[in-house]
Amino acid sequence: MEQVIANGLYLGAQYALIALGLTLIFALMNVLNFAHGQMYVLGGFVTYSIYGQLKLPFVVALVCSGVTLAVVGALMEKFLFRPVIQRSKREESTMLLAAATAFFLDAIILLLFGEKQRGVPKIISGVFISDRVILPYDRIVVGVVAILMIAAFMLYMQYSKPGRAMRALAQDRIAAQLMGVKVERYSMIGFALGAMLAGVVGGLLVTITGVNSGIGGPISIKAFLMVMIGGAGVVAGAIAGGFILGMMESVGLTVLREYGDVTYLAIFALLMIFLSIRPNGLMGKPWG
Amino acid sequence: MKPSAAPKIVSAALFLIALLVGVPLLINATGRTDLYYTLTSVALLSIISAGVWITFYIGRINIGQGAYALTGGYVSAILVMNYGVSFWLTLPLAGLFCAAASVLIGLPILRLRGVYFAMVSLVLTEVARLLALAIPITNGAKGIVSIPLPGGISFFGITLVPDFSSLANPRLAFYIVAVLLMALCFLGLYRLAHSRIGQLCQSLQQNEELASSIGVNVAYLRVVAYALSSFLGGLGGAMFAAISQSIYPSSFTVADSVNFMLNCFLGGLGYVLGPMLGTFVLYFGWDVLFQTGEYQLLIFSTVLIVLMLVLPNGLLSLALPGKRSL
Repeated sequence: MEQVIANGLYLGAQYALIALGLTLIFALMNVLNFAHGQMYVLGGFVTYSIYGQLKLPFVVALVCSGVTLAVVGALMEKFLFRPVIQRSKREESTMLLAAATAFFLDAIILLLFGEKQRGVPKIISGVFISDRVILPYDRIVVGVVAILMIAAFMLYMQYSKPGRAMRALAQDRIAAQLMGVKVERYSMIGFALGAMLAGVVGGLLVTITGVNSGIGGPISIKAFLMVMIGGAGVVAGAIAGGFILGMMESVGLTVLREYGDVTYLAIFALLMIFLSIRPNGLMGKPWG
Repeated sequence: MKPSAAPKIVSAALFLIALLVGVPLLINATGRTDLYYTLTSVALLSIISAGVWITFYIGRINIGQGAYALTGGYVSAILVMNYGVSFWLTLPLAGLFCAAASVLIGLPILRLRGVYFAMVSLVLTEVARLLALAIPITNGAKGIVSIPLPGGISFFGITLVPDFSSLANPRLAFYIVAVLLMALCFLGLYRLAHSRIGQLCQSLQQNEELASSIGVNVAYLRVVAYALSSFLGGLGGAMFAAISQSIYPSSFTVADSVNFMLNCFLGGLGYVLGPMLGTFVLYFGWDVLFQTGEYQLLIFSTVLIVLMLVLPNGLLSLALPGKRSL
């Protein structure tokens, strides 16, 4: 039992970090970023190249992943999403754009890094063993780093000037603009920040699960699940959704093991029931 | 009938004749018989995409059409293989099964809107795939293979549809069936969009609260629209299973669902013919780019992004500037 909870917490911390980026972008721009999983993969490959190939320290690789993705995110916002949002008759058009960018990033990743599964050497070897729980040290490190990053992100959103501006934007874009918030600038920062989070998680997880070019789509789907559980566009909701999904996955894999690969089927069924009772998720805005 | 309808009927009939007579003649002349399969696929995919278009019409972003296409394919395949039902009967049955399933699923999830509905419907595709893998009747990852070709239909001794396996060129037969189906679907879609229900659907797209406040039965209407959409999905899926004579859990995946949505977007959401044009352009574009090898996806997605930047309201907004042709 303790083992299941420990696994759930570890998974949840990573998931929450992925969901945070997605929900941030959604809150600021009303864009459902289909390419989030691909950003995660790109981050993973950057860390793989720098830490695995060039043998530089892991921290450097992680920072590089974050910076690369932040730049990619900022460019995407400035040159793709902003013009389309301005010109399109229906806001759904951004979804086509997001899907196209997902394909685009997939293509780039495939060309640059190939389709092979890539892994890197462990950052810390050894396994923590107590009488109830067995956890490899690297998982503990990754989990702790993820939780620290979530805390840092929340503090940043709560107390820094850009954080305040972004929260204002998420609440009411026009009101924020009237109060003198530079809407375009903070949209760009927000998109970059969301992309950066995806990249950093990718970099963190490459040390444990490795990375390959095909996992972007499934990661996006998981991120969507978490955001739906917690409520789109709400930071606390994304964190809650991440931990809930991590816990459900961990419990499901243990309890439903003898029935085959049905954990996700059960999670989907539960989600449908949950959403029919609370369409906006746990903490979503009641706008539908 | 309004006077403006006559030219439209003539042009639609000309288009259909061109597809049914002109295209086979051209293909015979050039010897490119592989084009039959491509064009059949385009016709069927545009039927499935037309379903997605209906959900757009009530203001929902549907990325779950792959689920119904897969279900339709499986229903038809299982009925043909296990129960020996004639394929032509399974075609509407597959559609009806999907419509019934979509009513059950739609009742809760159609309460969601915007991104929430989009995400749930995306998850639905994944659910369908996992279900196909998990339940025994679908034969798991191995799928159902070597489904027989559709048999004939005769009515009091007169053969209406010949047995496909006795034909010299079943590809041509499939092509004609697919084109006829597509024409029927789009005719129905056109009628739907111009009927009273179509107008009501548009009111849902603009403002559901307002619509319900003036007495539109919102809950009923959106379920009906969703069921129609899924019916088309199931129909297309069943046809696909018959043509490829096989169906696997991976026959329709999330990527396909996204593509159905892209087809509608690309053609233009405000136009009935949008899904048809979008499917044609996307499918052929993808095929043409096959020669570029590993750069196929890169070029394809770049073109998509550029199209989106230049024509954010769909290809048909180019041909009919400023006019909402519904």
